[in-house]
Order: sequence, then C-alpha cells, then structure tokens
Amino acid sequence: MYDVIIIGGGVSGAASARELSRYKVNVCLLEKEHDVCCGTTKANSAIVHAGYDAANGSLMAKLNVRGNEMMEQLSKELDFPFKRNGSLVICRDEEDMPNLQALYERGVQNGVKDLRIISREELVEMEPNITDDAVAALYAPTGGIVCPFNLNIALAENANVNGVEFKFNTEVIDIKKVDDHFEIQTNNGVYEAKCIVNAAGVYADKLHNMVSENKIHITPRRGDYCLLDKTAGGHVSKTIFALPGKYGKGILVTPTVHGNLLIGPTAIDIEDKEGINTTAEGLQEVISKAGASVKNIPMRQVITSFAGLRAHEDGHEFIIGEVEDCEGFFDCAGIESPGLSSAPAIGEMVANILKEKMGLEEKEDFIATRKGVLDPEELSLEERKQLIKENPAYGNIICRCEMVTEGEIIDAIKRPLGATSLDGVKRRTRAGMGRCQSGFCAPRTMEILARELGVDMSEITKSGKGSEIIVGTNKDRL
Amino acid sequence: MEKRELICIGCPLGCMLTVELEGAEVVNVTGNTCPRGKTYAEKEVTNPTRIVTSSVKVSGGDRVSVACKTKNDIPKGKIFDVARALKDVVVEAPVCIGDVLLENVADTGVEIVATSTAKRK
Amino acid sequence: MKSYDIVIVGGGPAGLAAAASAKENGIDSILILERDRELGGILNQCIHNGFGLHTFKEELTGPEYAGRFIEKVEDLGIEYMLNTMVMDISTDKVVTAMNREEGLFEIQAKAIILAMGCRERPRGALNTPGYRPAGIFSAGTAQRLVNMEGYLPGREVVILGSGDIGLIMARRMTIEGAKVKLVAELMPYSGGLKRNIVQCLDDFNIPLKLSHTVVDIDGKDRVKGITLAQVDERNKPIPGTEEYIPCDTLLLSCGLIPENELSRGLGIDMEAVTNGPIVNESLETSAEGVFACGNVLHVHDLVDFVSEEAAMAGKNAVRYIKEARNEEVARIDMVPTDGVRYTVPKYIRLEKMEDTLTVRFRVGGVYKNCYISTYFDGERVMKRKRPVVAPGEMEEIKLSKAKLAEYPNLKTITVKIEEA
Repeated sequence: MYDVIIIGGGVSGAASARELSRYKVNVCLLEKEHDVCCGTTKANSAIVHAGYDAANGSLMAKLNVRGNEMMEQLSKELDFPFKRNGSLVICRDEEDMPNLQALYERGVQNGVKDLRIISREELVEMEPNITDDAVAALYAPTGGIVCPFNLNIALAENANVNGVEFKFNTEVIDIKKVDDHFEIQTNNGVYEAKCIVNAAGVYADKLHNMVSENKIHITPRRGDYCLLDKTAGGHVSKTIFALPGKYGKGILVTPTVHGNLLIGPTAIDIEDKEGINTTAEGLQEVISKAGASVKNIPMRQVITSFAGLRAHEDGHEFIIGEVEDCEGFFDCAGIESPGLSSAPAIGEMVANILKEKMGLEEKEDFIATRKGVLDPEELSLEERKQLIKENPAYGNIICRCEMVTEGEIIDAIKRPLGATSLDGVKRRTRAGMGRCQSGFCAPRTMEILARELGVDMSEITKSGKGSEIIVGTNKDRL
Repeated sequence: MEKRELICIGCPLGCMLTVELEGAEVVNVTGNTCPRGKTYAEKEVTNPTRIVTSSVKVSGGDRVSVACKTKNDIPKGKIFDVARALKDVVVEAPVCIGDVLLENVADTGVEIVATSTAKRK
Repeated sequence: MKSYDIVIVGGGPAGLAAAASAKENGIDSILILERDRELGGILNQCIHNGFGLHTFKEELTGPEYAGRFIEKVEDLGIEYMLNTMVMDISTDKVVTAMNREEGLFEIQAKAIILAMGCRERPRGALNTPGYRPAGIFSAGTAQRLVNMEGYLPGREVVILGSGDIGLIMARRMTIEGAKVKLVAELMPYSGGLKRNIVQCLDDFNIPLKLSHTVVDIDGKDRVKGITLAQVDERNKPIPGTEEYIPCDTLLLSCGLIPENELSRGLGIDMEAVTNGPIVNESLETSAEGVFACGNVLHVHDLVDFVSEEAAMAGKNAVRYIKEARNEEVARIDMVPTDGVRYTVPKYIRLEKMEDTLTVRFRVGGVYKNCYISTYFDGERVMKRKRPVVAPGEMEEIKLSKAKLAEYPNLKTITVKIEEA
C-alpha cells in the first residue's frame, strides 16, 4: 500500500512527484508508456509563457506566473536548459491595437512583470525578420524557452532519487475505492494507495470519471509543428506570437533552447487520444501562417515535423484539487497551455494540497539538486581533455549532427530512470535530434543500448514495446 | 513468332526494345538507337545473367558479416537459389577480398567470393 | 601541436584518392582523419556491384573499389587516424579533432582537403504527414543495417524515392527475404540509372510508381501502412487517387545533401544549388588553401568521377604548398543556364588552369536530342549532341587552356542545354 500513487509521468505528474518527495511519504508513479515524457509533454511549443494570456483570476493565470518565476531557480537546481529569451505578440493592424492594449492590461493584472508595448521601430530593431506589416508588439521580457524533455526527466529523476518509485508500461484499467483506500487495477497487477493524483493528461477525464459522478470531458487538441535546422535557429531571437485578431489565431515562431527554430502549432480538436499524426492540411497551415508574423522563414531547413495533443478540458481551466465526491482522489487535469510553464507551480500546489490533507512532514535528507547528462561542449578545452582521459567514451562522437558522445549516451542509459529506447536516449542527449534525424547514429546508438542494457539488438525499440527497430536477420525467412 | 519488350540499360535514354524470336533464336531487334541495344537485347532474351551480391556471417571476426558476390554471372532465374545457399554459411575470420567462400553455389558452377575484409578479433 | 602539410578530412573515396594523388605529386606529410572505424567511407556499405567501370575497366562492389584505394594509401605509407572526428577547422588551418585515445587535439596544416561526403535528406525535409513510428528509415540507414550488420529492418517494404540507393535497396531487401511492395517516385522520371530500374526492380517484379508520393504514414508504434497518391504536374497529390498500402517499413531515398558543417564553420562561401562550397579551377574554396572534392562539393553519380576529381584536389593542394601565392588574378565566371543547374568549378583563373579542365554539372530535367553548348561570352564555341540528358547523371564539358587563351578578355563561360 502506497500513501500516494500518481498516475502519469508527464511534466505535471513528475513535478507533483518531485515536490511530494520533499515529504515523508511513500509515493509511486504509474506510467503506461516505457518512459516519462511520452505524452503531451513530449510535443508542444517548449515555451515558458510570461502569463498575460490567461483570464484574470484564473488558476491558469496564477500558476503560469508563479511557474514562470520558479523556472529559473529550478533549472539551476535540476540542471535542465532554460532561457529567458523574451516574447513578443505582434500586432499587424492598427485596428487591432485595442486588443494588444487589452492583452497588456490583462498581463499587468495577472502580475506579469516588465510588460510593455513597443513601436514598430523598436520591434524591427529587436527582430529584423519581423513581418513588414507589423505595427507594434507586446513585449514580455520574462517569457522563456525550455527543454520540455529535460524538465520532465529532471523532475522525475530527482523524485526517484528522493524515493519515489516509478512503474513503467503500467496502464491503469480501473480504479475502485475500497474502504479508506483505492485499488488500482493495471495491466501489471493491482496497486493500492491511500490517495491518488490523476495527472493522466488527455486520459485524465477517463480516470476522473471512474471515481466521480461529476463527469469531466477532455478533448485532445492536436497541434502540428515543424522544426527547422539549427542553421535557421537565429532567424528570430524571441518567441514571436501573432495577436489573435482578424487573421485568426496565429502560429508562433520561436528559437528553441537548443538553437533550432520551431513553428506551430495548429489547433485541431480530435477524438483519438493517441492521434499524434500530422496532416498535410495541418503542416500547410503551419507553414503558411508562420509567414504572417516572420518573413523569409527558410522552410527548406525543416528537419522534422510532429504533432502533440493538448489536454483541453471543456471549461478551459486547470482542474487541480480533491474530487468532491471521492475523498483521496486528486485531479491534476485539463493541463493544457500554459501547463508546461506552470509545471513547477502545479507540482508545488499538488504537494501542498496533499501535505494539508495527509499532514505530511518534511524530510531532513531531501536532495534538492540533480546533475543532468554531462554535456562536454559546455566544458573548457582543458576540462574536456581531462574528461576524455578519464573516460575515453567522451572522445567518441556517436551523433554527428548534435555532436553527442558515447559517454553521454552511456550516462543517459545508466542514470536513475535511464533511457531504454532510441527516443529515450534522444530526449536525454539529443542524439538523433539533428539534421540527419538519426540516419547515421541510430544503428550505433542501438548497439550501445543493447550492450549497456544487456539485451539483443532485436529488442531495441524506438519508443517502447511494439516499436522494435529491426524485425529479423538477413535471409531468416528464405 | 514471339515478341518481347525490353528496356535497354545501356544509357539513360532507356530505349524500348522489341525483340522478335523464332524459338530460341533472335531474328530481329527494333527500337534501339545504337548497337549496344541490340547486343543487350540478344543476351537478355536468350541468356539473362546477373551478378548476385549479398553477405555471409563471420565468426571470430572484428565484424559480424562480410560482403560477397558471385565471381561471375549466374542465370537470372537462380538469384534466390544463390541467396538461400548463403543463408547458413558462416566463415571464419580472417577473410580477405577475393577469398572463395563457397564453390559451385546452387549448382551454377560459380564461386562465391568475399568482397570485404574481416580481421580476427 | 602536430603539423602536417596536408590534412584530409574524410577517408572515403574522395579523401583516399586525394591523399594518394598528393603523395604521388611529391608531398609526404599527409594525414587522413576518418570518423568511422575503417577507411572507405560509405562504399563499405554499398556491397552491390557496378563501381569502377571508368577507373578500373571492371565492375567492382563498393568495398572492393574502396579496397583498391585503401591498399594504395597503405602502400604509399600515408598516415591516417580512424574513429576520429574533426570538430573544427580554423581560418589559419588549425584542425581540431577528437578520438578516444588522444582526446581533443589540434593539428596545424598548410593545406586542407575537405572530403566529408554527404548525408541523406531526412523525412522532415519532405514534410510527409502522418505518425512517426518505428519502421521509417533512410535508405542508407537500412543499407548499413542489412549490409554491414546482417539485420533486416522490415519485412514488407515501401520505398519512397527512386534514386539509385532506393533502387539498390529494393533489390537488397528482396534478396534478403523482404517483400518490397513498390517504389514511389514524386517526379515523372526516375532519378536512378536505367540499369538499376531493370536489374533492381523489373527483375523482381517490383512496381515503380512515377508521379506518386506518400501522403500519410499509419501506425502508432510500428509502421502499419502508408497512403500513396498520384501527384499532378506541380507535384501536389491529386485527391481521389489515394491508395492504402499495408507495410511495416518505409524507406526514404529522397536525395543527398553535402555535409558541410565544417565548411560553414570555416566561413567558406557556399553554392546554394549544390549545398557545397564554391570552388575555382583548382577546387579551392573561398578559404585559401582549403580544397574540396567528392560528394561534399557536389553529389556525384559515379564514384569514378569522385576519385578523378579528388586526385585533382590532391594535386592542386600540393601545388598550392609548393608554389608562391599570387595576388589578384583575372577570373572567368562560369554561368550555368537553360537547364544546367550549376557548374563545378564556379570560376576559372586562367593562369592556374591545367591544359584541360573538366567542368562537371547536372541538368534540371530530362532533355532528349539536345546540345550541350558552351559559350565564351556571347559566342558559341562548343556544342555536343546528346540523345538524352537527365538529372540523375552528371554531365561534363572539357575546356582547353589553349582555347581560352585565344579569348584574352573573356569574362564568362556559359553552359546551357539547347534544342538540336
């Protein structure tokens, strides 16, 4: 019997786990996929919003601003890439200026710092590639960009180091309240817990509705994106949003924290909670609309496209707290944008609620910091030479595009909650995320995975069971 | 009289060749723009042959397999027989380019030779 | 810091031929840096035959062709380092490299030859919609898995792109026991050699669907199928022509891109059409003493031409080291037009030119019964009749120094396709 079972290893679940791990409490996290960061968290805009977007007084607004404030400190504690690059909302028509002004005022009300409206001149100075018809912009210096994978992974690793158990490939089938605790039926047996945190992303409605009569409904809202090569990463320096106006809701253009250029997303409501397929129309929309705010985007530099699902709850608000008609069941649902930005604050809020509820005490030996996968490129020349002397694997480049060494890949596999798949290695080290999209390094990364995990090459997957890379050996069916 | 259509492989032009046959004998080739087309067509309809390239497993080597080929052309119809004959072949390292790995593969009278090297581990 | 007269980045066919040629032209201090565990480059995984007809007058497989050059490099006693990645090249020709044994180290060179080769265009560049499951490979990745490691990446295969690698892999996968269902090609013609269409597809009854593309990829964990559609003359899918093809694997063979990260880091001027450096008649880039050859310069059709071009780069690097540099010399610009997409070299300095110079290029479409014409300024000085030229095959013209010398104020040489 666990004190708390968290369902879902995305950023909300991991943040909740990490914050709960500060306390003397027995926590387990169940994840249906083979790794953390496999759902909504793996495919989004990778933005830390400033917080001017959400309605005044909403939980979204509160947690966005709080999460944004916490992000920088957290990125230092847990060693994940985060950059406060600032964001701009572009107004392309004098007629829309009242909307820009309203956005500014909402932001000020929400507590966003240093917001200001800037003229076209200042805007062009900041972003020379801005569209010629931009008339003004809302500038939010607190806006930022983050690596969503490493944010999620860092939170999970740190939670794990502080005692949270993680069960992967464990899908919840049913939840029953029995006396004062829950029985959670999964494909891997029954788990028991006093409390449940429902952080199941697009499936949070399904879990909620298993225990509550007050039904909620989550629509997977798909967003298509295109990712451009690092050679295009300097096209803009800030995150560029289009002001919703007579051109409809716009497409953002942003550098990523690793130096690529990202454009997207679309917003298409679908039924399939696993429907992360891009469509021709979606990609076309991304490409055509991105050009509305930023000119001359080098679309020939696209290296991949992908789609993610936002967990859009009908009320368009975060639902965080104990379910009224099911004591001990805590929702962390409807976490769509600005969910990533809010994640640190969401974790804090969930932990505080449970602390109150269960009367939790703080641990003395909580480990607040975590070191990420060592990136030799951040070392000085001398340090790097020394590192290779001590561990020659850091002298062996596996991924040529992102210059990832064998040492980093081994680290990613061997660390707590280490990578077990190509995608797992990719999200932890960027091996395979560059311009050749793993063409060169996939066979070599597979070899390293097989060796380090002590399994056969045929068992190596792209992203968990069912996604095996190779299907046999030469002539095996001749 | 039998007629067969072929695409000439001599150059990118890819002439559509028509070959007229009397039994096994070529009586006429049309559609070719140069003499190479005729030669190709005659060979291709009477005795089409191919070099087969593949790989075989290596034991005790610095790599798991070496590349190989049929030393000469084999009849086109025997391509899969050759492949099947290579299925269970395991050669011991070291292997050098040109080493004979299998004689008379699939009764073609042709040797399988190594086309890459494997050193001893 | 170690120092060498010539440092060659890449030990594939270009690097090997450049090294041998430099040595034969009188320079001993040469170092080849190779990132893979053996010399030979991508030829090692090209185990099919058809290489070397021009160079050796016989048909070799890729590893055999590489083997001949490796032997030559060994016999000439040229130094090389394996498993060594070049991290950076500075404008004063300091090469920073890294490997397990020596860590990060620097080498001072007098001349540098870039021979890094090319890589495949990924799916992203095609913007193919659908899921992103396991089972989508570039043809080259599949080639490595099958040919070098003995693994089958799929059993029921669709190949997108009919370039030679795609065609060759159709045959290789078939011979190893996979079922290749079809090869789809966006263009109305194949980018591959006729010979490969016949011997890799027709021999095995594999359909080639011209003017078709993949418009959707199905399967959340592993590819379950793809949707194929016909495209119109603007290469846009035609609604209503969609066909679902069940398969577990999609191989992409959609073009090659020269790998010029190091060149860009060096600030070398690049040619937008080829994605390779702009070079002069000596195959020297805009960085003095830095030469380029092989697929890093422009993607070749036959390795024989890579070897030939690389030998010239090696020879010119030697000349660069041995001869005094000279100041500004007049340059003649090469102008590709009317169907000719680019030329290598891009400009010529008459003083530095050999007696004859091979200018290589590719055309932008299929032209039948045409002339390849060469104009010196406004005057047509050469025309060569060709029954057909196609984008899949590299073309060339030869310029003679004597002829150029007859035109003392020559500014441009134009190469174009004209109707015969």
